[in-house]
Amino acid sequence: MNGVHDMGGMHGFGPVVPEPDEPPFHAPWEKRAFALTLAMGMPGGWNLDMSRFARESMPPAEYLASSYYEIWIAGLQTLMLQRGLISQEEIEQGHARGAAKPVARILSAADVEKVLYRGGPTARDTDTPAKFSAGDRVRMKNINPPTHTRLPRYVRGHVGTIDLVHGAHVFADSHARGEGENPQWLYTVRFDARELWGADADPTVSVSVDAWEPYLEPA
Amino acid sequence: MAHDHHDHDHSDLSETELRVRALETILTEKGYVDPAALDLLIETYEKKVGPRNGARVVARAWSDPDYKAWLMKDANAAILSVGYAGRQGEHMVVVENTPKQHNMVVCTLCSCYPWPVLGLPPVWYKSAPYRSRAVADPRGVLKDFGVTLPADTAIRVWDSTSEIRYLVLPMRPKGTDGWSEDKLADLVTRDSMIGTGLAKEPE
Repeated sequence: MNGVHDMGGMHGFGPVVPEPDEPPFHAPWEKRAFALTLAMGMPGGWNLDMSRFARESMPPAEYLASSYYEIWIAGLQTLMLQRGLISQEEIEQGHARGAAKPVARILSAADVEKVLYRGGPTARDTDTPAKFSAGDRVRMKNINPPTHTRLPRYVRGHVGTIDLVHGAHVFADSHARGEGENPQWLYTVRFDARELWGADADPTVSVSVDAWEPYLEPA
Repeated sequence: MAHDHHDHDHSDLSETELRVRALETILTEKGYVDPAALDLLIETYEKKVGPRNGARVVARAWSDPDYKAWLMKDANAAILSVGYAGRQGEHMVVVENTPKQHNMVVCTLCSCYPWPVLGLPPVWYKSAPYRSRAVADPRGVLKDFGVTLPADTAIRVWDSTSEIRYLVLPMRPKGTDGWSEDKLADLVTRDSMIGTGLAKEPE
């Protein structure tokens, strides 16, 4: 979706402000927000792409006015409400009201280490040959789906060169829509900064994105 | 956005606090979460997983050419051999800084970051200023970090738009010949592995 989360190339946000000796969390509630989001993935049954879509679907003004973990909590609430795991009434009252919806599994303390270690690999075997190889020139399609996509606006329509071929990976766009993994070849595509930002751009700069094959056409 | 929580007034902050607390209560009452699992998740990313992991990988690459070759070719296997793997680092690629090319990593769409080697991302990495400018004005961003590269050093920005996670292998500082891996690791900063900084110079 063409949301405000797609920030590459926007102006006006000011300088980057690094924080010396920054702690992993800045408030106790951030720790709980982080842990709740991770832990709910298992009983919730959504995938990472669905969570990203839930977060980026927040209205733009609200997204920009929210801190990182506020966005996470809002996204988590959206996902749980959509699936009927909790109700609006429960959120307002701060307690469980109805019976829990049966869930396949919850994350137990005993499983935490194993689950984190395993992670969620997205590489998949495929019998389909790759359409492109390293060195090929490709144009990023001009697509504007209202659903989740990982093709940022700043590269759409632009021509780059295939730099790395990563094999087939779960296709985020399909996965976020609940249409299955639909694995597609994944490439790193590199652009000259002048191709993206115009003739005045720094000629020593290049930028790459990772792009699934459905985003690409031969150039 | 993300860096501005300091600007929130107290009532706003406590509203968020109450909201998260209420959510945890509901989810615990409904049996969807195990509070002990939550504590363990927090402890893991607060105490165990952080940029010290990545620094050990970098120090080994600086010390052992065979390890470095392996790391550049099969990052996951080489990183696993030092003891790190897992969530948000399932598909690692290491990119090497040289006098000719400097690498910088960003996620313009959200906050993708190699957790097993760097821990959770700092607030600035997830912030609008970094996400908007890293791909359009990386030299300007480096300036915000007090870093100026030679004008003829090319800059390569990696936007993490898939599940591939990038780790920058910074250049080894001069004057460190014969240093142990432990001593070298102390020179490897988090920012040097994102590409918004350089490794520390020996004192």
